[in-house]
Amino acid sequence: MAIAYNQNQELSLKERFFNLNFVFIFILILLAAIGCLTLYSAAGGKLTPWALNQGIRFGLGIGVMLVAAMIRPEFYYKIAPLFYFFTLFLLLVVDIAGHTGMGAQRWINLGFFKLQPSELMKLAIVLQLARYFSNTSYEEIRTIRGIIIPLIIVAVPVAFIMIQPDLGTSLMVLFCATALFYLAGVQWWKFAAALGAVAAAAPVLWHFLHDYQKNRILTFLDPERDPQGAGYHIIQAKIALGSGGAWGKGFLSGTQSHLNFLPEKHTDFIFTMFSEEFGMAGGVVILLLNLILISYGYWFAFRIHNANYFGKMVILGLNTNYFLYVFINVAMVIGLLPVVGIPLPLISYGGTVIISVMASFGIMQSFYVNRDRELKK
Amino acid sequence: MRKSNEKLRILLKRSLLLFSANILLFFILIGRLYYLQIYQGEKYALLADSNRLSTRLLVPPRGSINDRNGVELATNIQNFQALLIAEQTRGNTDSILKEITPILALSDKDIARIKKDISRHRRFVPVKVKDNLSWEEVATLMINNYRWPGLVIDQGLIRYYPFGKYTAHPLGYVGSVSEKDLQNSDAPLLQVPGFKIGKSGFEKTYDESLRGTEGILKYEVNAYGRIMREIEKIDGLKGTDLDLTIDIRLQQAAYDAFGDESGAAVVLDVHTGEILAFVSAPAFDANLFVDGISVKNWNNLLYNEKTPLTDKAVSGQYSPGSTFKIAVALAALEAGIIDEKTTYNCTGRMKLGNHLFHCWRHYGHGKQDLIEAIKNSCDIYFYEVALELGIEKIAAMSRRLGLGQTYDLGLENQKAGVIPDRQWKQEKFKAPWQQGETVIAGIGQGYVLVTPVQLATMLARVVNGGYAVTPTFIKNNNAAPPSLNLKPEHIELVKKGMFEVVNGTGGTATRAKLNNPNVKIGGKTGTTQVRRISLKERAEGIKKDEDLPWKYRNHAWFMAYAPHDKPRYAVAVIVEHGRSGAGVAAPIASKILEEAIKLDIR
Repeated sequence: MAIAYNQNQELSLKERFFNLNFVFIFILILLAAIGCLTLYSAAGGKLTPWALNQGIRFGLGIGVMLVAAMIRPEFYYKIAPLFYFFTLFLLLVVDIAGHTGMGAQRWINLGFFKLQPSELMKLAIVLQLARYFSNTSYEEIRTIRGIIIPLIIVAVPVAFIMIQPDLGTSLMVLFCATALFYLAGVQWWKFAAALGAVAAAAPVLWHFLHDYQKNRILTFLDPERDPQGAGYHIIQAKIALGSGGAWGKGFLSGTQSHLNFLPEKHTDFIFTMFSEEFGMAGGVVILLLNLILISYGYWFAFRIHNANYFGKMVILGLNTNYFLYVFINVAMVIGLLPVVGIPLPLISYGGTVIISVMASFGIMQSFYVNRDRELKK
Repeated sequence: MRKSNEKLRILLKRSLLLFSANILLFFILIGRLYYLQIYQGEKYALLADSNRLSTRLLVPPRGSINDRNGVELATNIQNFQALLIAEQTRGNTDSILKEITPILALSDKDIARIKKDISRHRRFVPVKVKDNLSWEEVATLMINNYRWPGLVIDQGLIRYYPFGKYTAHPLGYVGSVSEKDLQNSDAPLLQVPGFKIGKSGFEKTYDESLRGTEGILKYEVNAYGRIMREIEKIDGLKGTDLDLTIDIRLQQAAYDAFGDESGAAVVLDVHTGEILAFVSAPAFDANLFVDGISVKNWNNLLYNEKTPLTDKAVSGQYSPGSTFKIAVALAALEAGIIDEKTTYNCTGRMKLGNHLFHCWRHYGHGKQDLIEAIKNSCDIYFYEVALELGIEKIAAMSRRLGLGQTYDLGLENQKAGVIPDRQWKQEKFKAPWQQGETVIAGIGQGYVLVTPVQLATMLARVVNGGYAVTPTFIKNNNAAPPSLNLKPEHIELVKKGMFEVVNGTGGTATRAKLNNPNVKIGGKTGTTQVRRISLKERAEGIKKDEDLPWKYRNHAWFMAYAPHDKPRYAVAVIVEHGRSGAGVAAPIASKILEEAIKLDIR
């Protein structure tokens, strides 16, 4: 029996809950399970120190996602500017007096939790840009004047993240924002012009990069340049992955991982570890599950009420953000991109990313559960 | 509304494009996986294996070197090492070191070295605390082992020469592999840290057969080099033992017979040429070299005027002096110049042209036949004989008797000595041979040089009835040595002469008689001038050899054989700067032969 929704009718909590996409959630759980399994192996067949923790965090993430999904979409529209400026403030705090880790300042230590404002900023920029574009006419978007404000919205936080310095995240934010500009209808030639400008400025930008960032790029281009130092990670990751073959060396039997040749096997390089033990088959499973997840994202954007332009923009933005995570991470560990320190969400060990990704999935679901009604501005 | 539709239309259109791009990028990733894991999978599988698998060579035990009765002269003994694994000490490294310091007598320098080693290596790498532990040290450490976690006792094999200085020549010693050794050989064992190879003597000559075949241990390591598990172990093969003809009992007796003197002695079995004792004194304790000799010990050996590092038995070249008269006598008998009745009158001097040659006995010996001339070592007799014989025949006989050549002894630095003849002098000095040179060659002076092993060989060849035995350290059951075609009556004549030297009234070496009255020996003395006493020294009152400093005094020879009637052993003894063959060398030779007879070496 089809439930006849009155357009624009508010849904009860129960209705909203049953409107969730459970296949989507099931795939999330599947990916998280793969993550825990790999972390169990990474610890040499132990739940501690990673697998159990990760499970608990994922449980927390599910909670965050459900709460975010039950919140009405109007809320996100309303808080977008406030959230944006608050996050910008946090970024400033980190830049000025952030916690030092790995030579970069990225966290605010909340005691029980290390808050990474750049993670929040990914959400905030998507919300704020979506809000801007939804309130701007198509004609204005197509003018130069119409994209000055959104450019500033993007440029300021990207600059803040860049000086942390966190090249990976700032590039991710930049790509994500570019996707939104593109979706909003900004003309092709403007992207081409921007790209040309960046290419022209590249030598200058190169000058501003930190040595370790330059090294990473140079090493990516030629790992043999420094086989004992920076190139070691890339070479060993390739060996781990390649030696996995079609079906892998078996669970708990990855020699590269267990004998510690593979660096960062529980964080950034977890995809390599999984592929060493489960081969190309395992790697393809992870990629396909993620592709299904991303396809659902596009489906959500397509499915929600056509009058909810803001929602479509937010979903596509967050979806693109997730895509970038997966693509950049996998591409970097298999040697297609420089190693920039982007984790594989849901699988890599790390709390912040799980929570922020689950929150973004929650927001996407929030629009999806209210798919048949307009957004009340 | 149219405008809003346009905005939505472009959003949908572009999101479809973006979605397609996402799918495409994912398939690029999958393509890359295919490339790395399937297309290049085998290459990376090999790389992963070479990452994790490591092999270590297992050093095989070195073959032992034995004497003729199977007594080990060079062997391998357990070497106990105390090692400390920092990772296992539970942070008590300092207190453990403090507790074991009195037990192992560690110095502050040792402690500093150990701490430095610990800080320089990964924490699971065992660091050497002390080498060559005594049994007491091992026992004390073992009993208290529970108190010192991380302290382990490791055992290895180390080369050991039980007879030390007695066998340093000719055994030589082993030592660490040098850069040069590595250049000369690509044997993988040489790369093993701490591996020892033969550096001199037989240890060097027979190094490859003594070395054995290496074993292989295959194991898995992690990225930090820690051994995770053993995968495969192939044991090595012990090196081949080397059995020598030396009798260590005789060797020791011969060495000890020298006391503080410097010299050499070679004892041969006259029928087989087997070397029963081979002494160069003084020698050194070869064990000092195994672990690397200290600079102080090395300098003591290097700058010692008695040259303990030189194997004088094969590389010491000396004028044979009067011992050479045996060769001259045999040559003259064969040439028919003399027979047993031929006599020369010794007046103490002989004039040749305007040069005067003296007998060692200033007032002369009077009328001498061959046996008397040998017994008294009359120089004039042999001047005359040599002069008639000519240098070529002397040289030919000398070479037949084994002088002027090297032997396949397996020893380096073997010298050939010099047996001069006309051609030799022409090549060497571009000058014709002088008659006077023949005269002094007749008494083994001048250009003639021999080594102790050559002189022993010469004596063996004479007293065994004229068979060309070759000196050897390796037992050989080869066919009988070729005959030199010497006439038995000639041999009997010179033997009679040598018998008289020891046993005749007024013989030159009557002191060489054995204590054993049942065994008679024969022999011949020799004294060779190292430096003439100069006129200036004569003026200062130095008239006799013993007044000169040690290094200018004469060398003393004595060669002897026993028993006289049925010879079995021949010995040649040189005592450097021993002044007189009869006084110093003869008693040593006598002691050696006495011991050989007593041992009845088979």
